[in-house]
Amino acid sequence: MSDHAAHVPGLAHHFVNMEQQKEAGTIGMWLFLLTEIMFFGGLFLAYTIYRAKYPDGFLQGSHLLSVPLGGLNTVVLIVSSLTMAMAVYYSQLGERKKLLGFLALTLILGSVFLVVKYFEYAEKFQHHLFPAHWMYNPAADHPPTQYHGQVQVFLWIYFMMTGLHALHMIIGIGLLLVIMFMAHKGKFSKQYNSPVELFGLYWHFVDIVWIFLFPLLYLTGYHVGGGH
Amino acid sequence: MATEVMAQAEESRTNYLTNGHTVKSWLLTLDHKRIGLLYLFSISIFFAIGGIYAALIRLELITPQGDLMTAETYNRVFTMHGVMMIFFFLIPSIPATLGNFLLPLMLGTKDVAFPRLNLLSWYVFMVGAILMLITIMSGGVDTGWTFYPPYSSIYSNSQVTLAGVSIFITGFSSILTGLNFMVTIHTMRAPGLTWFRLPLFVWAHYATSLIQVLGTPVVAITVLALAFERTLQIGIFDPKLGGDPVLFQHMFWFYSHPAVYIMIIPSMGVISELIANMTRKKVFGYHFVAFSSLAIAVFGFLVWGHHMFTSSQSMYAGMVFSLITYAVAIPSAIKTFNWTATIFKGSVSYDTPMIYALAFIGLFTIGGMTGLFLAALGLDVHLHDTYFVVAHFHYVMVGGAIIGYLGGLHFWWPKMTGRMYPEVWGRISAAIVFLGFNLTFFPQFIVGYLGMPRRYHAYVPEYQVWHILSTAGASLLAIGFIMPVVYLAWSLKYGEKAGDNPWMAAGLEWETSSPPPTENFTYQPVINHDAYEFENVKEIKEAAAKEAALQTA
Repeated sequence: MSDHAAHVPGLAHHFVNMEQQKEAGTIGMWLFLLTEIMFFGGLFLAYTIYRAKYPDGFLQGSHLLSVPLGGLNTVVLIVSSLTMAMAVYYSQLGERKKLLGFLALTLILGSVFLVVKYFEYAEKFQHHLFPAHWMYNPAADHPPTQYHGQVQVFLWIYFMMTGLHALHMIIGIGLLLVIMFMAHKGKFSKQYNSPVELFGLYWHFVDIVWIFLFPLLYLTGYHVGGGH
Repeated sequence: MATEVMAQAEESRTNYLTNGHTVKSWLLTLDHKRIGLLYLFSISIFFAIGGIYAALIRLELITPQGDLMTAETYNRVFTMHGVMMIFFFLIPSIPATLGNFLLPLMLGTKDVAFPRLNLLSWYVFMVGAILMLITIMSGGVDTGWTFYPPYSSIYSNSQVTLAGVSIFITGFSSILTGLNFMVTIHTMRAPGLTWFRLPLFVWAHYATSLIQVLGTPVVAITVLALAFERTLQIGIFDPKLGGDPVLFQHMFWFYSHPAVYIMIIPSMGVISELIANMTRKKVFGYHFVAFSSLAIAVFGFLVWGHHMFTSSQSMYAGMVFSLITYAVAIPSAIKTFNWTATIFKGSVSYDTPMIYALAFIGLFTIGGMTGLFLAALGLDVHLHDTYFVVAHFHYVMVGGAIIGYLGGLHFWWPKMTGRMYPEVWGRISAAIVFLGFNLTFFPQFIVGYLGMPRRYHAYVPEYQVWHILSTAGASLLAIGFIMPVVYLAWSLKYGEKAGDNPWMAAGLEWETSSPPPTENFTYQPVINHDAYEFENVKEIKEAAAKEAALQTA
């Protein structure tokens, strides 16, 4: 049996069979996502504490963010999750062309997200809203002067959370390129497609983080203050 | 037929150590056994560095005046002692060395689930460690290993950022090891090896991995935030800029308290193996001992607030944390009682591993019981930040974790190297470690109770006698630690050939050859019995048969 197993493409030698390898990969990925939840969890904790401490600062701070751009990015990411799910579906059917097509769509949508994010960040830098002590110098009444300190706290949370999320997007796009290369080479088949599936889990996770970030950071003002 | 026998003999001569002699064959190995040895070698060096710092601390404290070094230097010395010992020795100690080596052997599999990730974890660890060595060479850190802001983020003039980055990176090696072990235990068990047939060492590593996977990311994000606060001057924890310094303490201890269980639970797993095999008895209450590891891991996540009884935490939160901290004593006591019950009426051998196991039981009991003193809300206000705390955690970390590590190292040394260590020297050094340890740290309970604060380089003259005793003990302890290094190295070449199962121990790892072949087993093991069933051990059966034959003759 082990002699036979050695010839299965994609099966590492220390696994007994494909099911064992797939199970290991799946559990491994879910555990990794668990560590990611704990990693972001620290920042969500900080968010909760400071939002309770500085509700007005968070209200003013969230008004500095562009809801249309954040909303656009939310739609882009949700659609990219759909295209990723389609890619996983076609990888299971072993349809290489459609798999490649949906992976490419996912790649494009992920890149669109990052481009939009770049413009959002650039705008903050232009208005001296990056919270580093020597750079932070907001316009006199936007946000109101008495909230400058609290808004600075909001902004470091914004930059750290979205920055870490964007870093995950960048890593995701790098991994996506590897997956596309493997798919192009015809490495995946009905029998062996777990890299696509596992990457899909990662991609959906990064999406879900954004689904939490968008309302917590961009829509706080609407929630607390009832809109502009 | 004859060629087959020769081929088998040939095969038994190549083992994981002889399979490739180049540096590359070690540095690019995917073999869990070699990676375990890479870790063993690296952490021994970091232990020595941490030990040098410990020696400097003890030398300074011989006299009440600060005459060996300035207060500032002393701050750096005790900080680097803590950082090296905790992040670069204790946390990887048993999981990354013995765990790496033994887990696949105990599970009857060829390797861990992700061998490349396993090697990566060592490289990540080394990158973190080299950054920490650079930190040391550029002056070290003076904040204490706890890095409390705002001192660490605003006021300290030492290399906090670099140290933070180093710990951030090192954390990922711990996460990777934990993740790898959990997946391996879930998916790679040999046919017939059900969860409740697993050796308790494996259960302990499962519990440890759970903490590594859930806890480490939190400290990673915490030190990352600290590094950002320091470099960008943003108000994450600094109250002057709107931050909350107690938030750092919460986030730091959310990992760092469970982290002490990362250090002690694997050691408990080792002790379970040692006691079962050295008394030839099934561990009493196997299920309770197995679940108590998990219980410690789970409770461990709910007690971090007992580090903050004196730092503005609400009294009600303090009460809850105090209560849950007491609760940790329950699974710990279950283990201690069950080990004792296992020894009862066993055929006890007093070889070196058993001496360490017995030392562990006694010292861990003292370390654990004094933990209850510190969990008491009122008493802790008096004892907080005194040498009582220092003595308490050294009883758990040295008396528990390191003693277990040394016991395990001696026990599995013949499996790892194929050679026996010299037993007499082993026993002598174990006795010296035990005596030296108690002489070092017991006086610290007393001087701490009398009011000696931790982290001070000068003190009132009344305390001097206790400090002299402690320093004398530390000298003895150093000898006890250096001796194994010498005789274990000696045994690599001159030690007696061990044979496959020198202890007549029960366990899958003893059924393969010593040292094991690269693939661990030349056959696929199938398990049809519980752990620690000594009647199934081939060597014991043979000995019994021989005796029976003699009697009939």
